[in-house]
Amino acid sequence: MLRNWKLSMVFLFLSGMVLLFIAAPLAGIFLKTSLPQYGQVIADPTVLRSIRLTLLSSLAGTLLFGIAAIPLAYLLARKDFFLKGLINGLVDLPVVIPHSAAGIAILGVVSRGTWLGKAGEAAGITFVGGVAGIVLAMAFVSLPFLINAARDGFDAVPEKLEKAALNLGASPWRVFFSISLPLAKRSVISGLIMMWARGLSEFGAVVIIAYHPMVTPVLIWERFNAFGLSYARPVAAVFVLVCLAIFVVMRLLSKNNIHVRN
Amino acid sequence: MLEIKEISIRFGNFALEDISLEIAPGDYLALLGVSGAGKTVLLEVLAGLVKPAKGQIRWNGRDITRSRIQQRPVGLVYQDLSLFPHLDVFSNIAFALKVRKTPPAAISKRVNELARETGVQHLLERFPGTLSGGEAQRVALARTLAAEPDILLLDEPLANLDVKLKTGLKALMRQINRSGKTMIHVTHDFMEAATLANKVAVIENGSLAQFGSPEEVFRHPKTEFVARFSGIKNILPCHLEPAAGEGSLSKAILAGGQSIFFLGGEPSSEGFVMIPQEDIVLSEGPLESSARNQLKGVVREAYLSGSGMEILIDAGVELVASLSRQSFEKMGIIQGKTIWVSFKASAVSFLAG
Repeated sequence: MLRNWKLSMVFLFLSGMVLLFIAAPLAGIFLKTSLPQYGQVIADPTVLRSIRLTLLSSLAGTLLFGIAAIPLAYLLARKDFFLKGLINGLVDLPVVIPHSAAGIAILGVVSRGTWLGKAGEAAGITFVGGVAGIVLAMAFVSLPFLINAARDGFDAVPEKLEKAALNLGASPWRVFFSISLPLAKRSVISGLIMMWARGLSEFGAVVIIAYHPMVTPVLIWERFNAFGLSYARPVAAVFVLVCLAIFVVMRLLSKNNIHVRN
Repeated sequence: MLEIKEISIRFGNFALEDISLEIAPGDYLALLGVSGAGKTVLLEVLAGLVKPAKGQIRWNGRDITRSRIQQRPVGLVYQDLSLFPHLDVFSNIAFALKVRKTPPAAISKRVNELARETGVQHLLERFPGTLSGGEAQRVALARTLAAEPDILLLDEPLANLDVKLKTGLKALMRQINRSGKTMIHVTHDFMEAATLANKVAVIENGSLAQFGSPEEVFRHPKTEFVARFSGIKNILPCHLEPAAGEGSLSKAILAGGQSIFFLGGEPSSEGFVMIPQEDIVLSEGPLESSARNQLKGVVREAYLSGSGMEILIDAGVELVASLSRQSFEKMGIIQGKTIWVSFKASAVSFLAG
C-alpha cells in the first residue's frame, strides 16, 4: 500500500511537471498580453488576413490530399505487398526531417524551372510565393498525421465485416463506403483534424516556399525579428486562441457525430 | 445439387486436402471436426472469400469455383456473426436488400417479414452491441436470409449459447431448412449434428474422414477419430485371433489379454473394438445370460452425466458404462466395488486400425 502510495505520488508529480511544461508558456502568452493589445491585434487587417490565409490554406491542403491519403491508409491497413515496410517509413518521413529541409525539397519540385512549376504557371497557379505553394508545404509536413491515424482506424475494423458485406452482395466500393469508412470514421476524422492543426502551425517549410503572402507563423516571426517580443506575443496569443477554439469545436462536433455502439 | 470436387487449400499452418462432397438441394449437412480443422476455411471457399488451390465447386451443374462473391448462391453466417456495429438491426437486415436497390417500401416489408420469422421484430431499432448472443444469432440469420441464398453456411451457430437458446435456434434452423434452403452447418458437437442434419461429413487432419447419414457415421465410424468424435468412449485397441468353434463370431484380444467376441469375420488382424456404453450391463456377480462377453472389474469412478450416471470400470482395460440414477443407487455402487461387466457380441463393432 505504502509502495503504491509512493508510486502514485511520484507519477502525479512527474505528470504535473509535464503538464505544467506545456501549459505554463501558453498561459504566459495570454497573461502577458494586455486587453488593449488584444484589441489592437484583432483590429489589425494584416493579422486577420494572415490568420484567414493560414486556416484556409491548411484546410485546403487537408481536404485535397486527404481524399488521396485515405485510400492509401486503407491499402496500408488491409493489403500486404512488396516494400510495404518501406512505404510505411516513407509516410513518416515528413515528420522526422527538418521542416526547412522539407521546404527546400518541395521548392525543388515546384520552382519555376521544373515541369510542375511550368505546368502551374501555364494554368495560372503560382507555387513559389503563392497560396498553392503554402498549401503544398502545409500538406507535406502534416500528411503523416492523417495517414497514420486513418491506417490505425482501418486496421481496427475487422476484415470479417467486409467479407460479410461482400457475401451479402455488396460491391467492393459499397463495402468501403458503407462499412470500412464509417467504422474507421472516428480515426479518419481525428486524423483530418490533426493534419489540419499541424498544417496551421507550419513555419519552416512554408517560409521557404512563400514568405509572402504571410501565414501567421511567418508573421509572428517577422514581428519578433523586426519589433521584438512585445509585438510578436499578442499576434501569437490571438492565433493560439483561434486555433484552440476551432480545435475544441471540431473535436466536439466529431464526437457527437459518431454513434458506433460497440 | 452442390458438388464439391477435390478441393484443396493450404492456409497458414493447416491444409484441406481433396475434400469431395455432394449435397442435394434441401439437405442439411453437418460439417464436423475439431477446432482448427479447416471447417471455416471450407465455408469461405464455398462463399468465394478464399480461393482454393485446386478443385471445383458446382451448383446445379454450373461451375462456381471462380464466380464473383456477389454472384454465388451462398449466404455465410460467421461464428462471431459479424453484424455491422454502426447499423441498427433494421439496417443490418436491410443491407442485402439495399445493395440490390430494392425500393424502400419493399425493404421495409421484407425486413419485417424476416424479423417476424426469426423472432427479432422487437429488436429492429437496437444496435448489435446491445443484443444478447441468441438475439444476435437470429439477427445474423435474418440478415443472411434477406440475400435469398440457395445455400446457407453456418459457422458454429450454436456455440456459446445456453441450452434453452440452443433449442429455440435449432427449431428456427430446422424451419429454415424445411422452407427449402440447403444448409451447411459447421460444428464440433456431434449431438448437434445428429439432431439437425441428414448428412454428416467429418473432417480429420484436413481430409474428409467420413461422409454419410448421421446414422451411418455414428453407428459405423470408419476411423478411431470419427468413433471418438461420435461420442463412443469404449474404443479399445486389440488384435484378432481365430475363434475356433465359435461359428460366425470373431475373437479380439485386448491389451490386457482379455478376449472379446463380436459378430462378423474381419480380414484385418489389428484394430479397435468399440462397445457403446449404453449396451453394457453391470451386475454384482457373473450373469447367466445371452451376453457372450463378460469381464470382472473394479469401479474406479462414478460421475453424473445428463440424467444418469457414468461409471468408469477397471477390468484390466478401462470401460465406461452408463446407467440410471435409480440403478446406481440400488446396486450401491461405490469406488473400489467389484463388479461384472456384460455385453452382447452383437453390440461390439470392430474398426480396422
